[in-house]
Amino acid sequence: MTLLEFTRGPALEASLIILVAGVIWRLVGLLLLPYKRDHSEPRGNRTALGGALQTILRRFWPYRAFQNRVLFSHVMGYAFHIGLAIVVFGYRPHILFIRDLTGISWPGLPYWVVYLAGAVTLAALVALLIRRLSHGVLRLLSTPDDYLSWLVTILPVITGFMAVQHLGARYETLLAVHLLSVELLLIWLPFGKLMHTFTFLFSRGFTGARAAHKGAKT
Amino acid sequence: MAGPSTLGDFLLQRGISRRGFMKFCTAMASAMAMPPSFARDMAANLETAKRQSVIWLSFQECTGCTESLTRSHSPTLESLIFDFISLDYHHTLQAASGHAAEKAREEAMERAGEGGYLVVVDGSIPTGAGGAYSTIAGMTNLQMLAETLENAAAVVSVGTCAAFGGIPYADPNPTDARSVESLMANGHVPSKPLINVSGCPPVPVVISGTFAHYLTFGQIPELDHYNRPKAFFGDTIHDRCYRRPFYDQGKMAKSFDDEGARKGWCLYEVGCKGPTTYNACATAKWNNGTSFPIESGHGCLGCSEPNFWDAGSFYKPLSAGMWGEAEGLAAAAAVGVAAGAGAAWGHRRRHAQAQEESQS
Repeated sequence: MTLLEFTRGPALEASLIILVAGVIWRLVGLLLLPYKRDHSEPRGNRTALGGALQTILRRFWPYRAFQNRVLFSHVMGYAFHIGLAIVVFGYRPHILFIRDLTGISWPGLPYWVVYLAGAVTLAALVALLIRRLSHGVLRLLSTPDDYLSWLVTILPVITGFMAVQHLGARYETLLAVHLLSVELLLIWLPFGKLMHTFTFLFSRGFTGARAAHKGAKT
Repeated sequence: MAGPSTLGDFLLQRGISRRGFMKFCTAMASAMAMPPSFARDMAANLETAKRQSVIWLSFQECTGCTESLTRSHSPTLESLIFDFISLDYHHTLQAASGHAAEKAREEAMERAGEGGYLVVVDGSIPTGAGGAYSTIAGMTNLQMLAETLENAAAVVSVGTCAAFGGIPYADPNPTDARSVESLMANGHVPSKPLINVSGCPPVPVVISGTFAHYLTFGQIPELDHYNRPKAFFGDTIHDRCYRRPFYDQGKMAKSFDDEGARKGWCLYEVGCKGPTTYNACATAKWNNGTSFPIESGHGCLGCSEPNFWDAGSFYKPLSAGMWGEAEGLAAAAAVGVAAGAGAAWGHRRRHAQAQEESQS
């Protein structure tokens, strides 16, 4: 079995199994936690669902009071999240991968758009790391999870670029390395901060529902 | 066997002009990525090259490799090179049969002496059931290969079966088929300098070019990590494909009969294995340079690579996964639900205990 066969076959399957089991384990464990009902009279005029939805949307942009302080990381965060989404869901070979897995398909974006998005993603991720390392408080707050999550996010982007441009090695090796880096990301996703891919909706929604009941602004 | 002693005499006898011969040498030099000046040296060496004794062993194969060479556009200088070598044993081409044929092999080995002959193998070697799946004159293929390789100068594995096991090696490999290289690595046959000329079948000019190189230099050409001549297996089909610009522009055929296919766009999405396949099809082409599979509208199967038959569907794109069922994912989801519920239950229990303790 060649390295590419291994990464397209057993390694990919194993990483997806870990991803699915890990994500469901965390979500089910979270959703079945004991929930203390609030029996007080609701003070606001918003329903719990309305408050949840409002907060989910509201938190996509920082409060005005903090805007200037977090603007850089916010803009960079958006740049790499949107860029990554374009690369993952707009690049035709990736869509073919998803189609093979789920049967769902959609038209791809022009390659130049994907390459540009990839470059923006890389630049933003590097900028965010520099800020994390150079900002005293942020550096103190950082944990190994932050660095590991950054690494497993940027590696597929770098190796993907190399595979597309045939840089540094034979194409099948580059493709296999790219797949390995993606598999590393899939394996780590449920166990670190990358789990926010799924949990951000629940955490924001819960906070928003609680705040709506109390009549508090979120 | 009486006849011309050098290739120059032989070509002269066959009515090949000096101009025609030089054209061949230039084409060969070009195919092997040599500088143009190399053609002159090659011509000089080939003209004086002595007849090379070759023993061609055919094992678990379909004769496609021999057909590829002998049925190439005729008559070509490549086929003349093939005629020029002293082919002392070849199942498909020799007139003799039975014991007379085996005697020819033994005599050729004896006549050429140690290191005096080249062995060409096409087909994989069955090793299951004591090698009984394929025998010739009462000898298993493995025995015959081991005996013939004993005093060979080098061995050329022609075709993917001999080079990597090929189709007989494909899962479930009922005959326990092996390639020449793996048998050498395991010590089942003597180790000799090896050239793998893979392909199912190999491109004719790649076979003849490899022979021409050996005849010219008396040594094996520069090889890649699969022991294939770099001159012919140095680039991917994708790198040399005339449809490559469409790949770079993201213009892909979605099926074999859509507008993209009619416009000749890239076949990546319909499973072309060109990006991971190293061969000379896109440059040397087939049928006297007429076309190659992609030019005929079908994706590359990757036939010159190891395990090509088991490397997933021919019609699945390279970026797709390579496993068939999703049972593992369903089981993972079930495990995830159970683990999550267990964790939550454990938490609830600890929570209840803590409350009880605080109330008591």
